[in-house]
Amino acid sequence: MSESKNHTWPQIRTAGYDGFVVTFGDRLSGSANSAALAFRDAIEKAGWEALEECSTSLVSAYLRFDPLICAHDEMRAALENLVKTRDWFEAPLPSGRRLWRVPTVFGGAAGPQFAEAAGMAGLSEEEAKASIAKTRVRVQNIGFAPGMPYLGELSSEWDIPRQTELTPQVPAGGLCVAIRQLVLFPVPTPTGWRQIGQTALTLFRPDAPDPFLLRPGDEVIFVPTPAAARADTENGGATWELIT
Amino acid sequence: MSRALIVHRAGPGVTVQDLGRPGYLAYGLSRGGAADRLAMAEGAALLGQDENLAALEMAGMGGEFEATEDLRIALTGAPMPASVDGARVAWNASHLVPKGARLNVGAAEVGSYGYLHIGGGVDAPLVLGGRCAHLAAGIGASLKKGDRLPVGLDCKDQIGMKIAPEERFGGGTVRIVPSLQTELFPEDERARFEMTAFHRDMRGNRMGVRFEPDGEGFVSAAGLSVLSEIIVPGDIQITGDGTPFVLLSECQTTGGYPRIGSVLPADLPKVVQARPGEILQFVFISLDEAVAVQQRDAELKKSLSKRLAPLIRDPSSISDLLSYQLISGVTAGDDHWQSAI
Repeated sequence: MSESKNHTWPQIRTAGYDGFVVTFGDRLSGSANSAALAFRDAIEKAGWEALEECSTSLVSAYLRFDPLICAHDEMRAALENLVKTRDWFEAPLPSGRRLWRVPTVFGGAAGPQFAEAAGMAGLSEEEAKASIAKTRVRVQNIGFAPGMPYLGELSSEWDIPRQTELTPQVPAGGLCVAIRQLVLFPVPTPTGWRQIGQTALTLFRPDAPDPFLLRPGDEVIFVPTPAAARADTENGGATWELIT
Repeated sequence: MSRALIVHRAGPGVTVQDLGRPGYLAYGLSRGGAADRLAMAEGAALLGQDENLAALEMAGMGGEFEATEDLRIALTGAPMPASVDGARVAWNASHLVPKGARLNVGAAEVGSYGYLHIGGGVDAPLVLGGRCAHLAAGIGASLKKGDRLPVGLDCKDQIGMKIAPEERFGGGTVRIVPSLQTELFPEDERARFEMTAFHRDMRGNRMGVRFEPDGEGFVSAAGLSVLSEIIVPGDIQITGDGTPFVLLSECQTTGGYPRIGSVLPADLPKVVQARPGEILQFVFISLDEAVAVQQRDAELKKSLSKRLAPLIRDPSSISDLLSYQLISGVTAGDDHWQSAI
């Protein structure tokens, strides 16, 4: 991808008092996303004493550290050195990725803003449903809420902004759209994204041995299903297979 | 009977809290934990125990609790009227709640979050490395009548101490540092942000608090299509209508609304303790100044145990003096109020 030849990326910025964010692009791309995931992995393996926690967003790796143990300048220098160790844009995706097929009810009470979102994308409701159903989207990040996936990328007509007002509450399993991405909510949540559908996924089970259903790199197909036909089984009949 | 605290009545926002569960940020789970972390340190100093031992956080309103065995307690954060079997006890102090006694905690007189710490800590189940409720994530729940909270073993006996709390009630000036999206806001918008008085809105919880500006809302150059980026507690997010939300302990881990700056951890207690209508102002400081502030804050927290003083009680306020004397054997020699009798 072109980013690897572009010397402006990655950028290292502070986040709050005790964090750094290393960003691999100003727009979402597969290579910037996998670069961020790989760089976070490298931070975790670096064994820095001041490291408290690390994470990723769509195109950035984040670390929280203790500035009373390691000064900001020193931490920044360590990150700059780590950046130089490889071409992060060519890092592979995580291993053990899975392809999920998730029964989804679109529109109506299950997707109160489906018609509005389709209209903004310049599509009829039938076209909009077909457009999403045919797109194999990837989990680019788990964030915002526990186990909550950001999935992409949808075709360019879905480059629609978030709404100005917050929707007071989208139910758990709700499927929402904005800026060529889809998100699924693990718990009822207020949001600026438009709800277009409903799944029966349980994305976070705090008491389970493996509490988080989806992982970065997993891929998902949202299969349109009539409300009445949705399976009354775990995760609404969603299935997965390993991507080989 | 096992060592426990029985809940006979609880306000709507009473939860078990510790210092949170770090390590799950990459899975979308924010650290969580007590809204006012300074109160956790003050309670730990009063009881001479680890500040990560779980306590009860009481949003606005306490409750009525019964001890199944003699329990040491400490009360910190937003002052609330408190009594043990009808006898008023001091806030920002440690006390004994004898077996079978009822502790009553009323509504906050100033501030928003009060804390009830227990010797040995609340032994709530450990979920993903923490005992704290994380309501936004669906971990744990607000306490209700009939709950029975197991309490850990307590090997200390210090009670009857008080601590002068750090000033953090009633609003005031809050220090913020520039963060990764600060520059999305034009310089004149940032200047106006620092000049603006903000009223703490009615809308607020452990995830974040909304502030209503005197005057126009704030606009970033990026509008509503910013790529979702990492969020840290303290971040000041500007939502679509231009009003700021300060994100707190249970905040989301990523988000797409631009953030104009980030509140210093040392000043977060001032934000969480502000009541609806109270006025805050935000002032930018440099990262170097922020490190100096946090250094002083760390030293302050370490020195809290040296700032304890004996609580001198007025014997006339003790309605059941005899029963106290009957159990004085378990409170050992550092039961300082006895020396005043």
